[in-house]
Amino acid sequence: MDPLVLKKLNVARNDRKACVLVTNLDDGRDRLVLEGHMVEGELGEAITKVLLTGKSNTVQIGKAEFFLNAYLPPPRIVVIGAVHISQAMAPIAKMAGYDLEVIDPRSAFATQERFEGTPVYPDWSEDVLSQKPLDAYCALAAVTHDPKIDDFPVAEALRHNCFYVGALGSRKTHGKRVERLLADGITQDQIDRIKAPIGLDIGAASPQEIAVAVMAEIIDAFHNRGLG
Amino acid sequence: MNEQAQLNDELIIAETWMKAGKEVAIATVVSTWGSAPRPSGSHLVIDEEGNFEGSVSGGCVESAVVAEAMDVLTTGEPKMLEFGVADETAFEVGLSCGGNIRVYVERLG
Repeated sequence: MDPLVLKKLNVARNDRKACVLVTNLDDGRDRLVLEGHMVEGELGEAITKVLLTGKSNTVQIGKAEFFLNAYLPPPRIVVIGAVHISQAMAPIAKMAGYDLEVIDPRSAFATQERFEGTPVYPDWSEDVLSQKPLDAYCALAAVTHDPKIDDFPVAEALRHNCFYVGALGSRKTHGKRVERLLADGITQDQIDRIKAPIGLDIGAASPQEIAVAVMAEIIDAFHNRGLG
Repeated sequence: MNEQAQLNDELIIAETWMKAGKEVAIATVVSTWGSAPRPSGSHLVIDEEGNFEGSVSGGCVESAVVAEAMDVLTTGEPKMLEFGVADETAFEVGLSCGGNIRVYVERLG
């Protein structure tokens, strides 16, 4: 392996950038392809496939065999609101293999006791997300239905092209939210990406059922995401 | 990646070893068949003294890979290794049909 390629690979992984290490198994030459810097032709199609699935494999192109090693950042779910819904989402996310963290400035809600084993931040998302910015491999679910708490992270998730952005609230509540986001400079195309009402339509009523609907919607969004 | 994950990450270890002036080989699972314990893309990194981190099989073929890596470090020529995972091991991971893996071993630099 080219030492420079290894350095680039480690930088990309540290920066949470998806990439594929392409190794020609016949001559040992390798190169790194970052998501968004795509390659033409048959090899390019194979690279796109492993980026979408995250499953590394070998591919025969012409006479050469290539190994395509996909490195995807672990999907990170950020939930705004340390409420019943997020308490139920946390164990589901863990079982499904997703990292989940909870942010809520209301310190009475955001306690470690209520979220055993889950990172909880009793702070405003403005502060938390400036330290740990959102990216395309993040999902954001805002479930407080308080504009003071939900609006900023929803806008931030749209600006950072999160693969999922969902916001709790009735159609009326969402209508008002859309007006505020438009006034804040978010475009209509971005707004159309918000899942509201939140969660797959399975008739969910209890907080726990809503948690299942939201997690299912997040998983669906992850597997059907576009590439940057 | 958090600090703990970085300490255990074999590709970061490989870079650290390289910067410390060590000779480093990288072994990667490039294909699996049957009940292989580690998926394609898994790495084992080896230095010239035979120290290693990571895994390509969950323990069954690591020593053989380390031995081959010594050869790769000397010649600089990459090698493709093929292993049939022993039946006992396959049984332990929950399937008794056995598995096969191909491991590509190359020198860093």
